[in-house]
Amino acid sequence: MTNELMLELQYSSPLLIMAAMSVILILFDAITGENKKINYYLSIATFAAAFVAAGSLILSNNFCCMSNLSAYPLSMGMISYSGLAYLFDLIFLAAGLLVVVASREYNMRADFEHKEFYSLLSLAILAMMMISHANDLLLLFIGIELMSIMFYVLSGYFRERLESVEAALKYFLLGAFATGFLLYGIAFIYGTAGSVQLSTISEVLLKGGFNNLYITLGLGLFTIGLAFKIAAFPFHQWAPDVYTGAPTVVTAFMSTAGKAAAVFAFIIMSKNMMQSGILAVNPSYIFHIQMIIAVISAATMLVGNITAISQSNVKRMLAYSSVAHAGYMLMGIVANTPDGWAGVAFYSTAYMLMQIGAFIVVSALEGNNGEMVDFEHYAGLYRTRPVLAGVMALFMLSLAGIPPFAGFFGKYYIFKAAIASGFTWLTIIAVISSIISMYFYLKLIVFMYFKEAGLYEHKQELGSAGFSLLVAAVFIVLLGIFPNVIIDIARMFVY
Amino acid sequence: MITLLVTLFLPIIGSLGLLFFSKENTKAIRTAALAVSLVSFLSSVVLFLGFDTNVSGFQYMIDIPWIVSIDAGFRIGLDGMSMLLVMLTTFITPIAIFSSFESIKKREKEFYVMVLLLQFAMTGVFVSLDLFLFYIFWELILIPMYFIIGIWGGKRRIYAAVKFFIFTMVGSLLMLVAIVWLAGYVGSTLAHLPSGFTTNYLTIRQFSSLIPMEYQQYIFWAFALSFLIKVPVFPLHTWLPDAHTEAPTAGSVILAGVLLKMGTYGLIRFNLELFPQASFEYAQIISALAVFGIIYGALVAMIQTDVKRLVAYSSVSHLGFVVLGIFSMTGEGLQGGIIQMVNHGLSTGMLFLCVGMIYDRRHTREISEFGGLARVMPAFTVFFGLAMMASVGLPGLNGFVGEFLTLLGAFKSPFLGSPWFAIISATGVIFAAIYLLWMFQRVMFGTNDNPANHNLKDLTKSEWAQLVPIVVFIVWLGVFPNTFLKVSENYTRGLVNKLELIKFGKQHYDMPNDLQIKEAKK
Repeated sequence: MTNELMLELQYSSPLLIMAAMSVILILFDAITGENKKINYYLSIATFAAAFVAAGSLILSNNFCCMSNLSAYPLSMGMISYSGLAYLFDLIFLAAGLLVVVASREYNMRADFEHKEFYSLLSLAILAMMMISHANDLLLLFIGIELMSIMFYVLSGYFRERLESVEAALKYFLLGAFATGFLLYGIAFIYGTAGSVQLSTISEVLLKGGFNNLYITLGLGLFTIGLAFKIAAFPFHQWAPDVYTGAPTVVTAFMSTAGKAAAVFAFIIMSKNMMQSGILAVNPSYIFHIQMIIAVISAATMLVGNITAISQSNVKRMLAYSSVAHAGYMLMGIVANTPDGWAGVAFYSTAYMLMQIGAFIVVSALEGNNGEMVDFEHYAGLYRTRPVLAGVMALFMLSLAGIPPFAGFFGKYYIFKAAIASGFTWLTIIAVISSIISMYFYLKLIVFMYFKEAGLYEHKQELGSAGFSLLVAAVFIVLLGIFPNVIIDIARMFVY
Repeated sequence: MITLLVTLFLPIIGSLGLLFFSKENTKAIRTAALAVSLVSFLSSVVLFLGFDTNVSGFQYMIDIPWIVSIDAGFRIGLDGMSMLLVMLTTFITPIAIFSSFESIKKREKEFYVMVLLLQFAMTGVFVSLDLFLFYIFWELILIPMYFIIGIWGGKRRIYAAVKFFIFTMVGSLLMLVAIVWLAGYVGSTLAHLPSGFTTNYLTIRQFSSLIPMEYQQYIFWAFALSFLIKVPVFPLHTWLPDAHTEAPTAGSVILAGVLLKMGTYGLIRFNLELFPQASFEYAQIISALAVFGIIYGALVAMIQTDVKRLVAYSSVSHLGFVVLGIFSMTGEGLQGGIIQMVNHGLSTGMLFLCVGMIYDRRHTREISEFGGLARVMPAFTVFFGLAMMASVGLPGLNGFVGEFLTLLGAFKSPFLGSPWFAIISATGVIFAAIYLLWMFQRVMFGTNDNPANHNLKDLTKSEWAQLVPIVVFIVWLGVFPNTFLKVSENYTRGLVNKLELIKFGKQHYDMPNDLQIKEAKK
């Protein structure tokens, strides 16, 4: 008994660290007074500790011991300790680290450094880890809700800025609706399967004999709720406004780690409620859900990329491009195979690095009141800030999916999975939308490199944000040359 | 093997090394860039000397596992065709670098970094024996070329750079879909590999002719589209005049000299070799486009008022001969096509160098601005005239050999089934003579009545040094084409045998030889 307890404590250590430290960070708010540095360093230390814990669990690679999840004494089947979940934990924690490190100077320049920022961020990461470890629809729901509430607050974090408050309110009102859909869907699924535990639901579905209408309704509503969280068409309208209005470092975090968490919820759905085994019992329902997600994915890519073309604001352009990337990630869900999920894992990693990098560059060049985020402000950036222009060009090329950068391999793996599942038409749409996306990614390079410097001066200190940029850039190149590292880990866990 | 690695990786090492140079120390940067490219040329000469022309398969092969789960490997090697093109790449790059010493005055460090990166990617395209690796090199080309056109180009450089990038991308992303599909189909259905997926070129080549036509046609066109854009074949050529005209001289030289050959190389390496049945089916369509391009390019070149644009359109016309030769699928046509790739690289590269030289002096390329330059620049006139004659296809110079062989191949090709392709194309040779000679006459001869042209300097020492090596090879290829023809001979023989076996069930191959060419010269 104690043996199993120890084992579970060891497996859940990343979660426990994050949970405990989130509470401690809030308490610290009360006692540290004016000293904001402690919370900054403590949050970095927390994320790093959880990162090391999750990383060492992946390297030790022994999740095999208890196949029956309900045998775990503490969670009793609510939490799953799968390797893929730890891989996503690493993505969330890495995103958290990159953003926290870069955020301090940014918040200080805006004259708005408060200690809550760190505890909110830490709670958001905890929520994401609850999603990735969920083996229970309720835990999944609580994770998604907690994460969303943290995001509502974080996007309104610059509470003296009108656009920031507007973003928060818009996000909250629309998000609350989406949550309703999500919960309604969960209720239908529960009604069909008689359980909220994912492994039980999966067994029931494999056996057949369930009510087809209710499960279709349940999965449909569930998909709508998640599609909102991932900002997929036609539930993406909130994203550009929220991403543009929110503080840039917050946007960097929301649009990457938040998206990865939501896409993991999709993986959970595809893994437990869309297995190929169900095809034998009830072929039509899988096909319908797959087709619905495929259409959503195609529309998301096209709408995101086409709308991004006409943007004059870099932050908004990146917001639309993040909508488009949600579409690419959904292709891996459409494929509905282990290869597809592994592809999504790789894509999320690559996307996290390049999108965070791009937003950190934006935040570093931003004026103290959130101005200087238009394309024209980037004209001739190569002359004034060569390093920033260089890494930004790298991020843009990687986002556009040009080899040998990480973004290309993400697309490659996802295309491969989609083609193997017979979705060649979706791949061709993805290719067409990638070509469309070249235009606006290149447009930024055109402004930075090919145009003469404008009247704008960029004199902001880079500070510790430089460290985040360096890490992101180095890993984008490394993952481009040795993509097998992540993909092999991901494949190992999904099979 | 080591030599091949040196040839491939030296430019990228040099390119990264240049990043550590101080920006002000331009002299050291130039020297280092030139030295790197010269050493890689020397190592490719070593490769050439050690190349066994009696072998039809790949030599200097290297196979290092890379991404095991999708069976993508670092697989490189050379056969007769890629040997010639690697030589062309390593030969053209130092000349392009040398020519930039005078003409590139801003952001010099970045320029040479980009050119060496470009050399790395170009060499990589020609040596890759893995579809995945090939695709990466193929796309990597875009980044340096985009910056070279966009930063150091002319007035409309941004338009030209973006157009170049997006045109190429349209083709290559469809090719990516085709590669993934092909790798999955061959890996699982045909070769029954445990991974169910392979991008190994040799494995795919072994099985790909078994792909049923209903799939093969789509894959064929996905690859062909990408290559036809790059060549470029009418009506996909519209990016080329803009890119050529706006690029700096070195960019145009590399673009015309090497980049366009990636398209024709791909047509042979992938379309003919991997999809023979689809190639038979569509040879006539593509040849018709090529013939149309020959005539169209020539006619449009005739009315150009800008010398550089004229040379750019002449490329559309000349590359048409290469494509025609390739899709004649005969020994003569393929040999002619391969040798014509090298020829075009040399003669058009030299034409662009010459145009760059007068542009550096006058900062205009309008034909009407010039006239009677022969009086003030006699040495330049000789070189420019040689390049033009080579491009026209004067017997004794290189262009003749290639054009003659491609036309011969197209004429007797059993796959095209009609001599009219060759007959119509032959008029393109006449048009070429008209537009090039006419341009030459208007620029070099006549009265020198524009005061701006009165005191132009003749060739400098460094310009001599750029032009003489090319002239050596132009004459060499014209007089002793066999030195180079025999390198790719066994490769071509193998390919044609395979194609004829698939189509007719028997082989009737005859290789063009010196005798035919000598007779033709008479």
